[in-house]
Amino acid sequence: MRHFWTTGLLVIALTTSAAVCAVAFLNPAAPGHAMPDLVELRASSFTHRSSGEFSQDGRPVTAPLMTVTFPYNLVIMRHQVTAAEYRHCVEAGACPMLDRDPVAANRPVVKVSWQDAQAYAAWLSRETGAHFRLPTDEEWAYAAGSRFKDDAIPETIDPGQRVLAIYARDYDGDINREPQPIGTFGANENGLVDLAGNVWEWTDSCFTRRARDERGETAARTEHCGVRVVEGRHRAYMTDFVRDASSGGCSAGAPPSNLGFRLVRDDGGWRPLRRLLVKAQRLGLGA
Amino acid sequence: MVRRTTWSRAALLPKHRRRIVVTTKTGTPAGVIVMAALLATCTPPGSTVPTSLSHRDSDTARSAASVPAPGSNAPRSRRLAAKRLAEDVDLPRQKLDKSPASALAEDTNLPLPKFEKLRASASADDLNLSREKIELVAPPLVHPHEQVATGGPKIYEVRLVAEEKQMVIDDDGTKLQAMTFNGTIPAPAIVIHQGDYLEVTLISSPANTMPHNIDFHAATGASGGGDLTLISPGEQAVLRWKATRTGVFVYHCIPGGPMIPWHIASGMSGVVMVLPRDGLKDSNGKALHYDRVYYIGEQDFYVPRNEKGKFKTYESHADAFADTLDTMHKLIPSHVVFNGRVGALTGKNALVAKVGENVLFLHSQADRDSRIHIVGGHGDYVWETGKFSNPPQTNGETWLVRGGSAVAVLYRFLQPGIYPYVNHNMIEALELGAFAHIKVEGPWNNDLMAQVKAPAPIRAAQSRPGL
Repeated sequence: MRHFWTTGLLVIALTTSAAVCAVAFLNPAAPGHAMPDLVELRASSFTHRSSGEFSQDGRPVTAPLMTVTFPYNLVIMRHQVTAAEYRHCVEAGACPMLDRDPVAANRPVVKVSWQDAQAYAAWLSRETGAHFRLPTDEEWAYAAGSRFKDDAIPETIDPGQRVLAIYARDYDGDINREPQPIGTFGANENGLVDLAGNVWEWTDSCFTRRARDERGETAARTEHCGVRVVEGRHRAYMTDFVRDASSGGCSAGAPPSNLGFRLVRDDGGWRPLRRLLVKAQRLGLGA
Repeated sequence: MVRRTTWSRAALLPKHRRRIVVTTKTGTPAGVIVMAALLATCTPPGSTVPTSLSHRDSDTARSAASVPAPGSNAPRSRRLAAKRLAEDVDLPRQKLDKSPASALAEDTNLPLPKFEKLRASASADDLNLSREKIELVAPPLVHPHEQVATGGPKIYEVRLVAEEKQMVIDDDGTKLQAMTFNGTIPAPAIVIHQGDYLEVTLISSPANTMPHNIDFHAATGASGGGDLTLISPGEQAVLRWKATRTGVFVYHCIPGGPMIPWHIASGMSGVVMVLPRDGLKDSNGKALHYDRVYYIGEQDFYVPRNEKGKFKTYESHADAFADTLDTMHKLIPSHVVFNGRVGALTGKNALVAKVGENVLFLHSQADRDSRIHIVGGHGDYVWETGKFSNPPQTNGETWLVRGGSAVAVLYRFLQPGIYPYVNHNMIEALELGAFAHIKVEGPWNNDLMAQVKAPAPIRAAQSRPGL
């Protein structure tokens, strides 16, 4: 089974890894709420630097590169959820009010916590009849493609060198914090816009720490879901109820300048059924 | 909790839709081939792939190749490793594995991890120092210790447990979403000598919701240890630092961003006193001795109020966060207290001393400045910055406690009675709570003070003529 799987993996990797396709995904209008602008990425596999912290023999080590395989197509928002979109959810009484003054409608909503993003995903799911959720760190990185930043630092057991390396890695220069109109930071090769701009994005991945034994195998793992992975110009870890990280994500290193999000749509096993229903509606069989 | 809803919703999905297959490079030899192929095609130029990683992987790939199927007679540790790899396959996940310590100790037959040996060899063996455990006690008390060190430097071991909990902070029952080390505000005082090492095991209670760590102002480097101790709930870390400087120093939680002021304003600070090996001295080098020592931790709280001006109560720390941060931004504390609550050191909890005793007061404020005065008393020797390498000031009246520092004051009580020990901004003392009492027993000294006449009506004849 394992050999079958890995052979398959090899084939997939060689045939599709260099040709990740972005397909503009046309969707039937759902009742109640228009489907957001989505991009569909083909099922494939890619190499990914794991999130979280790793240690070996009690010393911090570089996170390993993993081969991540998606057996499903990844359907993800082309752009970050905008202030106007979030406001609809607030007006519907389904999302918490934000502290921030109103911003231009066509800019990403910022100063949102992971919990706010969860509320929005739940509301959007209800409104569209689809299932929306935050991407995992792996999914975000897969969609981000070349915009994903590998955060490996040179291996060292010297705590001072480590902190200096992390500081240098996460320094983003002088970013204008003000959220910019959608599209300002351009599109990546998959057609997603504003990845790694000045708005970081919540993911659903929990902060994990793995201790490895001398053979490099995971001996123990702790997972803290009160802290989620945040993706953008650099990866960060953020307590889930924080809305503004600008005063610092960690005691060393540059903080994300804004916290926003985009969602993925889980199409589940019922998508063909849904298409069938839409066809049936067109044929006048539905209500 | 929103978080739980999310997971349960995810659980409703068909399982294969939730699953991402992750093959570690160490998973199978085939996985390594895939990785090599992917690296060849996908690795952007200039990206870092440490060579040490490649070495490790080829080593681990060999060992992984010999991972036997579950159920075989292979060593339990290997089967466990295989099982854990299988667990890696399911994402997202939420299970909390055993913490490293317990997994290594109980669950596996893995050889003792190297860091344990390293730790032992770098200290007790290489440094040839003996170890001693300090049993910390709740403030205002301070654990037993030597004032003058006998023998050479030691490694002192302490255990600090970060604990988030709700605490009542005044007589009206106002509840604070508090954060503590070892359950008290302030955290315990730790006393060692110059040249000693402090080895701290920092533990985060599994019931906690946030990361915690610890910054010792007395320690050198890595944010006082903060960079090396950031732990999640259910984890622990061990930090050792050398006490090179004498004095009383604050320690506090420093977990990053807005969490730093919030955790400090919620109670996560204490002190370390590093004594000179030959004890305290006055400016002429004369030895000073104390009969008692108390630790008073002053703390400002920022409990939000509702629209009617009443203090709000919150279900959780997360619920309290945004409002509390807003209140903190105004820099006007709702409470300023000694030892965690209004009245913590008054009445039956008042500090006690006897006439003729030398009492050492350690006083810290991790956030804001304070000014301490003993009503009816003085400070014989005042280390206002808390650092014993500077000669103490004498005849102290009121001493400044700089925010983020601690003061040491030695005073010999000369009269019996009740001494209010206050922040001499009396608004903060009497209206906000920064107030303690010292009950002193002993004989009255009539020479120092006498009541010549008890209060009585003004006698006109003895006042100004004509009145």
